Amino acid sequence: MTTSIYTPEMVRLANVEQMTAVEKLFTIELPDGCNLGHDPGQFVMVSVLGIGEAPISITSSPSRSNGTFELCVRRVGDVTNALHAMLPGDMVGIRGPFGHGFPIKKMHGKDVLFAPGGLGLAPLRSLINQVLDERGSFERVIILYGAKRLNELLFRDELDEWVARHDVECHITVDRGDETWDGHVGVITTLFPEVSINPRNTVAVTCGPPIMYRFVLMELLGKGIPETQIYLSLERRMKCGVGKCGHCQINNLYCCQDGPVFTYAQIKGVEEAL
Amino acid sequence: MSLRILDKGMLAPLVNALTADYQVVGPQAKGPKFAFGPIIDPAQLRLDYNTTILPPKKVLQPPQERLATFTRQGEPHVEPVIETGPTVLLGVHTCDLHAIQLLDKVFSQDYPDAHYLERRRQTIIVSLECLEPCDEHSFCKSMGTLSAGEGYDLHLTDLGPAYAVDVATEKGEQLLSRYGTANEATDTDIRRLNEVLSAKWPRFTYRLNFDAAELPALLSTAYDHPLWDELGERCFACGSCTNVCPTCYCFNIFDEVNMALIEGERYRRWDSCQLDEFARVAGGENFRQARSARQRHRFMRKGKYIYEKFGELGCVGCGRCIRTCVANISIVDGFNAIHGSA
Repeated sequence: MTTSIYTPEMVRLANVEQMTAVEKLFTIELPDGCNLGHDPGQFVMVSVLGIGEAPISITSSPSRSNGTFELCVRRVGDVTNALHAMLPGDMVGIRGPFGHGFPIKKMHGKDVLFAPGGLGLAPLRSLINQVLDERGSFERVIILYGAKRLNELLFRDELDEWVARHDVECHITVDRGDETWDGHVGVITTLFPEVSINPRNTVAVTCGPPIMYRFVLMELLGKGIPETQIYLSLERRMKCGVGKCGHCQINNLYCCQDGPVFTYAQIKGVEEAL
Repeated sequence: MSLRILDKGMLAPLVNALTADYQVVGPQAKGPKFAFGPIIDPAQLRLDYNTTILPPKKVLQPPQERLATFTRQGEPHVEPVIETGPTVLLGVHTCDLHAIQLLDKVFSQDYPDAHYLERRRQTIIVSLECLEPCDEHSFCKSMGTLSAGEGYDLHLTDLGPAYAVDVATEKGEQLLSRYGTANEATDTDIRRLNEVLSAKWPRFTYRLNFDAAELPALLSTAYDHPLWDELGERCFACGSCTNVCPTCYCFNIFDEVNMALIEGERYRRWDSCQLDEFARVAGGENFRQARSARQRHRFMRKGKYIYEKFGELGCVGCGRCIRTCVANISIVDGFNAIHGSA
């Protein structure tokens, strides 16, 4: 039988939920109740047959798999627009999971500081929920989440839960609020003074638009968090997901295989990274 | 395995016999140049070619190939397709032979690529020793690709009235015994072969001003070299250099659907890091926007990145990118400029 690393497996959309004006949450069911077997931070190549394929990070935690996984997708290109037009019961193609995710075991016994910006929450949510499901293995859990506008905040229900939990320090900010918002207003870096950080024992995890990285990194490094304890998840164009097509190359690194999760130490001298 | 002698008069019958059972691909005239193409009539074969427009890579990784067929109706379904058949690739020069060996690594490492590997498995390579430089652009001698000890099934060296045939594999042995008539080489033949081989080296010149083995280290200090801006100013970002490169393998994957939007095919097609959209994500961010950065990426891949990943340099000195560049960008001049200013 012919097999190819480029052939997607067809799987069913179990649920589609509108999250914001441009983002939807897709729950994907695997045949026979199988689990995807992913690590937080990995991605899948998603096919809409006839339109094409795009890399999408997995937003659900492996600890909550149950025969399904979730993708939080912004409608921005051909594939994602086509995906947004699909309904529960429709079939999409999946290849993966691919890449290196977050090394969760290295975070055991540490304070874990999450700093997602905007859609950067999608890949980080996988790790956040895994950490919360194994809460006893970690010291403090700090979440500093920023979005441009109130209606762009993702996973509102879970944000409320995290804010309410006593064992999670969750702070949320929006660049611009409105009369219904009595929370923090300002860019994500304005949240850093809200929390005290013990830099030696902190692992920081961040994901967001390229411009955000520069400012968040300045904060994290300024706090004295070691470069080997700062993790970033990077976005690149990808066609194969398996280190061949060349699109995702960041200097000598392949985002799809060496990443998409990198430590700051790995990429700090790599000019094309940020 | 062994050395045989194939009279030149026996080449046409051999090629003719091969065409019955194989797709035979070899160099032939294309206008004033040469190109690899299907050989229907042995008279088309031009083993006296200097270089081809596209490298023989195109036989193993076609410019466009089907990866799968699919249907969108009912239960959507994808069926992988591997487009290949028994092929004899004739007249491959040693620079291109080195390039194919690199591609073999690229497509077998980590995630084996069945499309390339199956085609490779079904391809018998008959290579050809270069006795004269192609033209002023090649720099194979500098890149260590002016000869090859492996990577072929049969290797031909022109001895005048006959070819010396180095039989390197069982596949090559079978091909020769089944389709051709070649004699065991005599001591005289072997002496003649050694004469021909040693006589060729002085005809080729070193064009790199330093040892190619220094390239990775040299380039690691050249990231901010002014050369990139200069090349960026001249480059038209047409992608010709990567298209004609025997070691460039980057590709795009895309779908085509029929008019009813029901049946379709997934293809892969050569892509180029020199094109504007190559590193652009859907959100609009382009991670290698400047042409200078794209030229730098090409040089770095050829002289450093590919070496770091696969243990071999990504440039075999064939000179095709130099010949084809409308802006006269020369990778060998570039390497020399960096070395000169280091």
